Amino acid sequence: MKRGPIPKNPAPRKESRLRRGLFPKVALVAYLIVLMLPIYWLINLSLRPNEDIMSHMALWPHHPTLEKYFFILSDPTWVHAFGVSLTYVMINTVISVTVALPAAYAFNRYSFIGDKHLFFWLLTNLMAPASVYAMPFFNLYYAVGLFDTVWAVALAHCLFNVPLAVWILEGFIGGVPREIDEAAAIDGYSFPRFFVRIFLPLIANGIGVTAFFCFMFSWVEQLLATTLTATNALPFAAVMTRSYSASGMDWTLLAAAGVLTMIPGAVVIWFVRNHIAKGFALGRV
Amino acid sequence: MIDKPINNRAWLLVLPVLIFVLFSALLPMMTVVNYSVQDSMGANNFFWNGDAWFRAVLDPSTDIGARFADALIRNLAFSFTALMIQVPLGIAIALCLPRKGWAVGPCLVIIALPMLIPWNVVGTIWQIFARADIGLFGAALNGLGIPFNDTQDPISAWCTIVIIDVWHWTPLVILLSYAGLRAIPDAFYQAARIDAASRWAVFVNIELPKLQKVLVIAVLLRFMQTFMIYTEPFVVTGGGPGSATTFLSIDLVKIALGQVDLGNAAAMSLIYNLITITLCYIFYTIMTQLDRRRDA
Repeated sequence: MKRGPIPKNPAPRKESRLRRGLFPKVALVAYLIVLMLPIYWLINLSLRPNEDIMSHMALWPHHPTLEKYFFILSDPTWVHAFGVSLTYVMINTVISVTVALPAAYAFNRYSFIGDKHLFFWLLTNLMAPASVYAMPFFNLYYAVGLFDTVWAVALAHCLFNVPLAVWILEGFIGGVPREIDEAAAIDGYSFPRFFVRIFLPLIANGIGVTAFFCFMFSWVEQLLATTLTATNALPFAAVMTRSYSASGMDWTLLAAAGVLTMIPGAVVIWFVRNHIAKGFALGRV
Repeated sequence: MIDKPINNRAWLLVLPVLIFVLFSALLPMMTVVNYSVQDSMGANNFFWNGDAWFRAVLDPSTDIGARFADALIRNLAFSFTALMIQVPLGIAIALCLPRKGWAVGPCLVIIALPMLIPWNVVGTIWQIFARADIGLFGAALNGLGIPFNDTQDPISAWCTIVIIDVWHWTPLVILLSYAGLRAIPDAFYQAARIDAASRWAVFVNIELPKLQKVLVIAVLLRFMQTFMIYTEPFVVTGGGPGSATTFLSIDLVKIALGQVDLGNAAAMSLIYNLITITLCYIFYTIMTQLDRRRDA
């Protein structure tokens, strides 16, 4: 394509004329509505009593009730399970980011024997279907005495979150000029001091984005979380599945629990909303 | 990339990662390998079975082989369909998103929301939403005169799973493409305006080439996830009706836990894993090649 010289003041408006027009807005709004419909339907059902749900369709709750929400929030089993889910997700996020940081630095800054193969091997762990390894995982964690603790789930989720964290952080570290490392070395910083004092603040954004992804994948994964726990450390979604079969079809309860599982995710995205796009652009993922 | 210093002490920095990943990866993997080469007479009495399980799984004339081949084709068809919808749709929506202003934050939050819902809850949402009696989606389709029943009719079930996956994961493609689009300098658009390029020409000549790298990542991630899909069909259709939505992961769990046929299941899962890794290796090679060309 021919590129002409760029004039100093090409157009009165800075935003490209190509992006204006009504069609993109209409398409975007239509997509967002379709995206929200199933979620809206879940909220709608969670506010209607069971008899009401089964007797007729209603596009919005005519006699909204928060009964099942109060029930869940006052039942120790549900509340405990919610705490358990948040605990293992946080432990996993902290472990994944902490161990991935030095490794991502090593992959980005040095070449060493087997580096490329090691990196690909790490990625292959993202490709191991959890359904296949659920049983062996159960055996392993049972044998080491971690079965039915939050640590079992937190460690098991490291299998895919640690490689993912290395992958994302490596991209961010690549964005930091190597001269900074050299300047710090000349100034007499030891490697650990340089890494913590100078380097980490430089990639704070990247650490935030990585933590977001670790949180996300640990929060949504349920198969391993359910397999590795029985009663003490049962995650929230597992209590949900169990109450499902126990109470027949308590749609309101199921819907209310479903709505509650969306809240932590929504809160986390709200905090990182301005970094998601930036993070994607800088990082590899 | 080009002048990285060689330093084998970098292994020390990688060591913590190795310990954590190996702990969770190696022993379960070896258990599966063990099962795949042994046969059991029950009561923990195992003997060497060589490659018999592998030969059975790879031979479509045996029962298990036919089953594997069916599930593989079904899964490949599913992955292909899902990607063919998600990638163009994701790019299109990313192009529609505003680049600045108050609307960016709320739009991104809404778009990212489906990805942060636990997978079995996604199943539950759609199980309710697609029902013909209490779900809006099922009821609306039936109201329009389209026969739809996701638990009885194979075509409905298949379409439901594809729609769920599109609903659940198109946001990932949107976010990646949006990030890619934002990284394009304004000067490119200004140049296009001077050339009086059409919207389509801008897309083909400027935006698409710049999106190439993120798109490879998007396809890689989405392929891996659709190829391993388990929770959503398990919750919504249970693999049925018949075997219409029995994808590889679901079939494996049925064989391993339902029929306790550990030898076949183990051999099958290793072959399955190998196929995934091979396909991803091809993508990965393309990706690093692109990287190198860009850096050069």
